[in-house]
Amino acid sequence: MENYLIHKYSLNGFNIVLDVHSGAVHIVDELSYRLLDYIKNDFVKDCPDEIYQALDKEYPHADITEAYGELYKLYEDGVLFSADDYEPFKEMMVNSPIKSMCLHIAHDCNLRCSYCFASTGDFGKGRKLMPFEIGKKAIDFLIEHSGARKNLELDFFGGEPLMNFEVVKQIVDYARSKEKEHNKLFRFTLTTNGVLLDDEKIDYINKEMYNIVLSLDGRKEVNDKVRKCVNGSGSYDIIVPKFKRLVEKRGDGQYYVRGTFTKFNEDFTNDVMELRRLGFDQVSVEPVVSDLENDYAITEKELPRVFEEYERLAKLLLELKAKKEGINFFHFMIDLEQGPCAIKRLRGCGCGNEYIAVTPDGDIYPCHQFVGMEEWKMGSVLDNTINKEMKNTFARANIYGKQECKECWAKFYCSGGCNANNMQYRGDILKPHRISCELEKKRLECAIMMKAAQL
Amino acid sequence: MKHIKTLNTANLKKSTAKGGCGECQASCQSACKTSCTVANQKCENANK
Repeated sequence: MENYLIHKYSLNGFNIVLDVHSGAVHIVDELSYRLLDYIKNDFVKDCPDEIYQALDKEYPHADITEAYGELYKLYEDGVLFSADDYEPFKEMMVNSPIKSMCLHIAHDCNLRCSYCFASTGDFGKGRKLMPFEIGKKAIDFLIEHSGARKNLELDFFGGEPLMNFEVVKQIVDYARSKEKEHNKLFRFTLTTNGVLLDDEKIDYINKEMYNIVLSLDGRKEVNDKVRKCVNGSGSYDIIVPKFKRLVEKRGDGQYYVRGTFTKFNEDFTNDVMELRRLGFDQVSVEPVVSDLENDYAITEKELPRVFEEYERLAKLLLELKAKKEGINFFHFMIDLEQGPCAIKRLRGCGCGNEYIAVTPDGDIYPCHQFVGMEEWKMGSVLDNTINKEMKNTFARANIYGKQECKECWAKFYCSGGCNANNMQYRGDILKPHRISCELEKKRLECAIMMKAAQL
Repeated sequence: MKHIKTLNTANLKKSTAKGGCGECQASCQSACKTSCTVANQKCENANK
């Protein structure tokens, strides 16, 4: 028994044991849960006397023997205390084809959200729309650098992409015209604040976009406190009817209504419920990314309250699901059976390697969150250049190169976290940002508990 | 088993055999753009 990692926790009446390296999740009774505390360095077939001595007063002898035997069987089957033998796969973490692109179609925005990581749309670089010629070169770049990858993802991002919608359409047409010749399949996504949506745009988006991300924070007072129009008024009343119309017309197509929570709405369950009340069933509400100095930032101090809120939300979603009135909450989605392979899980998002962001000027950055940081500019679609050394650095950034991740039970679920967050908060893409880690771990605990509750 | 229920049958270790094809979605593209959650993604390997 060596090099193993388990995570055990109790939540909502369930004793849960995650065997990290096999990915197995066990729901155990109290006796088995306690037995695990006594199994440390060696797991022998017959229950040792010291365990009987420790637990005999509380549990029948036969039960201890039986529970111990069941744990041992899991161990023998390789689904408990399984060893970490993934490290050799880190050698596979080399330069990959580029398959995902975040296209900054507009470095301009018609809202002035106070928490915007893009400096209210322009990423600190001046307001600008991407010309079609740059978009076209970006598509050519993506096709050329995608090797044998068939599925290519292109996200129209901003700023606000609808401020440059004609160019969005031109780029979609151009990309589609190249699919057959190069044996590629483009999947388009668009992230929008909704202000400029109308029926024509809605129909186009629903036809062409594989996924659409609609930004709305939940309750009117919460949304309007931070998501403001240029004149300072709230955006809720403008965008909600448009989002409802889009989703109504979308049918089964993928979408997310995506909100941000801050210190101002630590009771964000109420915002998730507001989005549900509005008729949205695909919802993501996520913690703000910001300088810790900002008055709305989620800091260490807020963590206990946020954890409590995640638990409240998980329990509420379970109740709703039992009544067949549930919704899908993005951060509680987990696939314990058919999720991504372990190799994918070694390095997560792929930024700077498989995934890049392109600005309106054609500059390439590792991802949208690095845009504007000059030292992270890694090439240009104009002259078809990419900094191979920097690409290699990102390609090699995997959980076995991040000491804190290597020893973390959540390593195969978040895969080393967000490199941009790591950079922003710790100045090193290999050093995970603790607050993000803690939030991710709590979400995972809730997500797994929800699976247990539905067993 | 009387004391234990196992939630899933898949073993992550088996997924390495035909893994690493790279066809699955970049995790940041799906909704978040500000965090990294990988375990909720679909495997898109056509040859597994």
